[in-house]
Amino acid sequence: MTKQQANWSPYDNNGGSCVAIAGADYCVIAADTRMSSGYNILTREYSKICKLADKAVMASSGFQADVNALQKQLAAKHLTYQHQHNKQMSCPAMAQLLSNTLYYKRFFPYYAFNVLGGLDSEGKGCVFTYDAVGSYERVGYSSQGSGSTLIMPFLDNQLKSPSPLLLPAQDAVTPLSESEAVDLVKTVFASATERDIYTGDKLEIVVLNAGGIHREYMELRKD
Amino acid sequence: MFRNQYDTDVTTWSPTGRLFQVEYSMEAVKQGSAAIGLRSKTHVVLACVNKANSELSSHQKKIFKVDDHIGVAIAGLTADGRVLSRYMRSEAINHSFTYESPLPVGRLVVQLADKAQVCTQRSWKRPYGVGLLAFAIGSRSQAAKTYLERRFENFTNSSREDLIKDALIATRETLQGEKLKSSICTVSVVGVGEPFHILDQETVQQLIDTFELVTEEEPPAPEPASEPAAADQGGAEQGAGAEQGAAPDEGVAPMDI
Repeated sequence: MTKQQANWSPYDNNGGSCVAIAGADYCVIAADTRMSSGYNILTREYSKICKLADKAVMASSGFQADVNALQKQLAAKHLTYQHQHNKQMSCPAMAQLLSNTLYYKRFFPYYAFNVLGGLDSEGKGCVFTYDAVGSYERVGYSSQGSGSTLIMPFLDNQLKSPSPLLLPAQDAVTPLSESEAVDLVKTVFASATERDIYTGDKLEIVVLNAGGIHREYMELRKD
Repeated sequence: MFRNQYDTDVTTWSPTGRLFQVEYSMEAVKQGSAAIGLRSKTHVVLACVNKANSELSSHQKKIFKVDDHIGVAIAGLTADGRVLSRYMRSEAINHSFTYESPLPVGRLVVQLADKAQVCTQRSWKRPYGVGLLAFAIGSRSQAAKTYLERRFENFTNSSREDLIKDALIATRETLQGEKLKSSICTVSVVGVGEPFHILDQETVQQLIDTFELVTEEEPPAPEPASEPAAADQGGAEQGAGAEQGAAPDEGVAPMDI
């Protein structure tokens, strides 16, 4: 009697890559806009980036239906927070909330690979990186998604953070300027697009700094 | 199964067929400090008197945002008001989450009314002792009501600024001679293209200063209907607790579910 195998899966992978880089007083969050299923492209213009609060922006790759459900949950919880505390959630608070929300579904997870970027209460850039069930860590930069294996080593090379185990604690944020960081992101995505079939079409870049939120786009290869 | 020697009946009938607890809860509303609402075709203004017990304590919050398109002002037992506000916020969020569109005010009102009614039919519960604004409720609100009755027919076409001015004047009426300052009143606005928000103290003080320079002209004396305008927006008077109603979004017929 062989074990019965599932004849369908509740999950699908819509592909794509996300990146976030923390600077001294800014944060860059970027993701491509291609949404795929298997070898097909569903659309070339789908945003994976979601603004959760004034100072917290999330980019998620994976199963976009789960990503949408997750974003709605977080938005609703954020509204409740605002009613109760009369202010927006800070980025570290949102980071914890996201972790808890993901773990809540530990036994039927959101198929979402997230990076959360924003400004902490001191105005410094912060990036949090997650797995599908909510394990998270504050880092200086991160990438998730189908292109992350191509992107991450490159970011390590350019931005290597000091180990979080070192004493005295060293700053994880990159000394790069905002425009340098944006250029780095563009380079990184152009490279990933070459070799990862699920990454391409267009790149959406969101920059968070003291002046607010700024969004720009760049064309990527469409093959 | 759950019988004991104690008399656990809170809500009971009077010999004349009235519910004591309901009467008492309406009295609680009348004792609370005044809250006023006005509407025009495009805007709704809620204003209330916020007097602190002493100079050292802070003011009791009486106006709550429920959603971008709904706000409530309360009078009576503030604790009950906060509980109901929390319920309304939760309902608004749940509706938005499920239907991706704002909760129609009329439905919120009905849900709230049904919730409040339950407390009048279970003997071990008491009604909510709070009124959620219909038109003008709370102590000395009669003065405000009188002012509004004279003017309400003109509100429909008022501009946003005039509406706020009228709300402030009505608030001043309830103060019985005491000087109107932004530190003792709160004003909130919602309208077409304008999400519900509470005006900050500076803005309110500026508005007060502006209209106090203009004396109030004698209005023509029409004989209005017995209910001021915004009253129609609230739910009908229920046996439950007090007059129910949330400040409505213009254009949404409240009972149009």
